[in-house]
Amino acid sequence: MSSLISVNNLTRHYGDFCAVNNISFDLAAGEILGFLGPNGAGKSSTMQMLSGNLAPTYGAISINGIDLLENPKAAKVSLGYLPENPPLYKEMTVTEYLQFCGRLHLIDKTQLDQACDLAIERCGLGEVRRRLINNLSKGYQQRVGIAQAILHSPPVIILDEPTVGLDPIQILEIRQLIKTLGESHGIILCTHILPEVQAVCSRVQIINQGNLVYSSSIDELLNKRTTRYEISLSATPALDEISGQDIFTSVERVDEHNFIIDSDASAENLIEHIVKQQWGLSRFTARQTSLEQIFIELTAGDIEMDETSL
Amino acid sequence: MILTIARREFRSMFMTPLAWVILAVVQVILAWSFFSAIDVFFNIQSDLTTLKNAPGVTDLIASPLFELSSVVLLMVMPLLTMRLISEEKRNKTISLLLSAPVSITEIVLGKYLGLLFFIICLLFLITLMPLSLAMGTELDFAKLFSGVFGLFLALAAFSAAGLYLSSLTDNPMIAAISTFGLLLLLWMLNVSSASASGDGNVFAYLSLHVHFTALLRGILNTRDIAYFLLFIVGFIVLAIRQLETQRLQS
Repeated sequence: MSSLISVNNLTRHYGDFCAVNNISFDLAAGEILGFLGPNGAGKSSTMQMLSGNLAPTYGAISINGIDLLENPKAAKVSLGYLPENPPLYKEMTVTEYLQFCGRLHLIDKTQLDQACDLAIERCGLGEVRRRLINNLSKGYQQRVGIAQAILHSPPVIILDEPTVGLDPIQILEIRQLIKTLGESHGIILCTHILPEVQAVCSRVQIINQGNLVYSSSIDELLNKRTTRYEISLSATPALDEISGQDIFTSVERVDEHNFIIDSDASAENLIEHIVKQQWGLSRFTARQTSLEQIFIELTAGDIEMDETSL
Repeated sequence: MILTIARREFRSMFMTPLAWVILAVVQVILAWSFFSAIDVFFNIQSDLTTLKNAPGVTDLIASPLFELSSVVLLMVMPLLTMRLISEEKRNKTISLLLSAPVSITEIVLGKYLGLLFFIICLLFLITLMPLSLAMGTELDFAKLFSGVFGLFLALAAFSAAGLYLSSLTDNPMIAAISTFGLLLLLWMLNVSSASASGDGNVFAYLSLHVHFTALLRGILNTRDIAYFLLFIVGFIVLAIRQLETQRLQS
């Protein structure tokens, strides 16, 4: 089946600075694509280009088979977009605002009320529907932003950091909503919260300094094992004694009782091995998820650079 | 689609106190001058009867009222136009419009039309004052119409210029000040040329004031109307171009 979004050689310069460099990817229906990257990596620029807010320097974008640059009006019909800052007219009430958005997105008059009600219900805005957006808390405003993006039930939904400012329960609700929407729509979720990507997305892409550096399905990623663990031992064996064991590839001492170990063995085997040594294992934690490891490896270049520039 | 945007623009003006305050202040100032004009008219009424071709009520009350309105609104319009686009840019609400299936031309025209609706309300309230004289005397309706039409064209031209300047910046204050400066300059361009022979003068031709007073005197001249229409279309096209360019550069 044809892809909902296809991006080819997308490039964007700001003067001499290259924010997005030659990115190509596709998004199929029923797919939730996590778009990851450190701050300033070009995430938001890419999203702005996909939504027609920013013109690319070169490259082609097509949404639902329609070229965004040649035929923007027709292409944008299939698009719902939540920017980093939710675009809310604060002097309007929630219902008024959503009705305006609905008319803007060419929803038929007869279906407008129904569409608004559905979006309000899905985003849990029932209690505040008659209140001015200005008087709502940040979390509610964020939800109005999400409601606006899904209102016309577009085939493609682009969400730029949708869970910012929400409380933990709301975050779970919104993630659930995104998952439900992802069954029938194609969603691009742009975030730097790694657990969110693992919880929601079916595919992950990492962008760093304008380049697409990683792309893989989440299943593939989860099948990769974590290799770094934190352990606490009540006995205090010498560092040599631990690093002498072949099962560990490296051992680092944090303090007297805590160690960070790397190992390719499975967690089960590792625990069994450590228990056998009778070191008094009191805590065993996977240090990072595999996504975090990959993310840090791929974007570490910048972090080092940042440190030297300090 | 243009109407959807225009309607929202119009309603949001009335949802903030700004529109109400402007309507009230303008109305109070103009009403005061209207009453003093009537007072003067009563005092000189007896002298007027002795004159041949004496100026009528419309000339002595309505025209000065419209003249004053244009000056007051020259100062007020920048306050209305300043937020049109710059506030959308500042609050990032513009991305809602840009990611919707709407062209930039429709966005700009919608906003302009919304403001025109407001101008019509404002104009209606102002026109009610001279119109109320019709209860007691005979008015020169043709001249009155020409005056209202002239004021409408002038306000529409102010708005178009304000719209363009609002698209240049994301700071409403800067938009307001530059609009006010531009309008005032265009308004009084003819002052410098007052001594020079009137018609052929370039500055006099560019001045908003010259074209406005012609309409106020009841002369519906295509040259003046064309001037205002060109002025309006020119600034709207500039605003559209400006937003298109910003999408490429920003």
